[in-house]
Amino acid sequence: MVHIDDYRPIVGDSVLDELMMLSAHLRGRRVQHINSTAVGGGVAEILTRMVPLLNQLGVETRWDVIRGDERFFATTKKFHNGLHGIPVDISDAEFNAFLEVDRENAAAMTFDDIVFVHDPQPIALVEERELRGGRWLWRCHIDFSRPVKNVWTFLEKYIARYDSAVFSAPAFARSLSIPQALISPSIDPLSDKNRALPEGTIDEVFRRFSIDRSRPVVTQISRFDYLKDPLGVIKAYKLVKKHLDVQLVLAGGGATDDPEGPAVMQTVREEAEKDKDIIVLFLPPSSDIEINALQRGSTIVLQKSLREGFGLTVAEALWKGRPTIASAVGGIPLQIAHKYSGILTHSIEGTAFWIKQLLHEPAFAQRLGANGHEHIKHNYLITRHIRDYLLLFLSLFHDGDVVDLSAGASSTVTRG
Amino acid sequence: MTPFLFHTKLDQTLLLGRHAKNLKELEAGLREVPESCLYFHTHRYLRQHHFLSPEPPNDFAYWITEVLVEPALGERISSLDIVQYHSLEDLRTELLRVIEEHLRDATRIPTAPAGQEFHFMASRTFVFRTPFSASSMNEFRSILQRISVNSLYYHIFEAKLRLERGQNDFSRWFRDNGFADLATRVERLDPYTYTLEGLRHTLVTLIDAYGTH
Repeated sequence: MVHIDDYRPIVGDSVLDELMMLSAHLRGRRVQHINSTAVGGGVAEILTRMVPLLNQLGVETRWDVIRGDERFFATTKKFHNGLHGIPVDISDAEFNAFLEVDRENAAAMTFDDIVFVHDPQPIALVEERELRGGRWLWRCHIDFSRPVKNVWTFLEKYIARYDSAVFSAPAFARSLSIPQALISPSIDPLSDKNRALPEGTIDEVFRRFSIDRSRPVVTQISRFDYLKDPLGVIKAYKLVKKHLDVQLVLAGGGATDDPEGPAVMQTVREEAEKDKDIIVLFLPPSSDIEINALQRGSTIVLQKSLREGFGLTVAEALWKGRPTIASAVGGIPLQIAHKYSGILTHSIEGTAFWIKQLLHEPAFAQRLGANGHEHIKHNYLITRHIRDYLLLFLSLFHDGDVVDLSAGASSTVTRG
Repeated sequence: MTPFLFHTKLDQTLLLGRHAKNLKELEAGLREVPESCLYFHTHRYLRQHHFLSPEPPNDFAYWITEVLVEPALGERISSLDIVQYHSLEDLRTELLRVIEEHLRDATRIPTAPAGQEFHFMASRTFVFRTPFSASSMNEFRSILQRISVNSLYYHIFEAKLRLERGQNDFSRWFRDNGFADLATRVERLDPYTYTLEGLRHTLVTLIDAYGTH
């Protein structure tokens, strides 16, 4: 099991010391995370890593998973789509059945001092708050920028009963009666997808996939999904190919619930058959080392999405010091400051222009990669995520813009 | 010598649920947002990109230049001499004056593309004591080299502008302990044009030059 001290050589003593200092102020408080799935999906993945680390820091933390039937999850899938802006019909009977499941779960649960509820599935547990006390937090991990009215109206009633809401990107903030905190997701530098790899492993992966490391390699790692725009990436590559001998790698999982997915995949396959320098890799879910090696061995990494939640593949590429060109959508502008830590583009032509620029100016490309690595190190690793959670927990017990905890007992200065 | 107690700070980022699509909406927002929002957007890059040189400009300047594509106004906002302001209200007044002046002469009001609106955010700051205290200039110099960038940031930036102490904490301690020349030289620095590591190095160099009687 990974230990919190294993991060010390990566992020430095001062970051770990700050986590220890913060957690000391939370001694005696018990934290309970609640979501709807124990395995699979980003929330379960981060909680699996985060809960043991919080306990190692001395913040007593547990994680509960609610149960639901098929109808419950069919309704919450509609919530999910509705939050993405897709119109959904949800009957009163479905809303009521949803509430019934949350109420049954609540009746069987105990709640701790800080109850941290993740995503819409367990949102109505907060009905218990008045009866059972505690501080309640709700975090929405999904894209919340264009919720449809019926879903929003229903959820808003419950969100308002929490102490604070947490969103992953500024665009997801809404006009709410409770405080809203920004906590971005993070990557784990010790996971197989991100840990340092020997050069031999990178060489082996490139050889296995018949990619020539002696020529420039431009790579996009993503699902073959319309919203990730693999066809736009191929068009940008073709514009570059007129001038430069470059290879394109498109790698990712084949599974997608996008209805246009199969058509997109078919076109990508056809394009690859016509050009031996377009390498398409349909990778199984257990391909973390391969993805890591592809990112590390690429000359440039792309993420030309049309829409994006947070876009953690950008953080993964930047962490590996790769010059990265990505669309200015979702959480990507938080990860890349244009021309400082990467390149933000808005079109196929712009993407092609910057691929050429970076291939022609390797020193500039290298500086972008180095700055990108530092930016991720300071702002998007799991240690920053833990720090933000600890600050969030502390904020439940203190008011004001500046909270002075230097004397042990807190005092507060409020301005503005 | 009165001991200097080193503090540090950590920030929580708050979302205000308000956004601007163009300069007029930015101006309207700037009039109404809390001071902690002005502080966040004029200091975020210092914290998040403290390793970068050249450092990107403040959030307002970055958005105006890169999203609204108004480079002249962006340059004026990015070159605001923040070190000369003693309060965030003074900074708000100046930001509004520059934007209003631009709007008065503007022939068009550019709008941000969908998805690239300016989102107003704010900082909530938690201040902590570190285990470090200095009772001599030698101790101070030695601790200065090992404290976190957050501690350096707190005593230099937060103390003067946000906590309105009139000067940075280091200069005050130097002056109180008979090092007036060193205090003045540290005050004259424009810390906004250094990376935090560059600033740390400059402070050590100044102590070496002026920190002995």
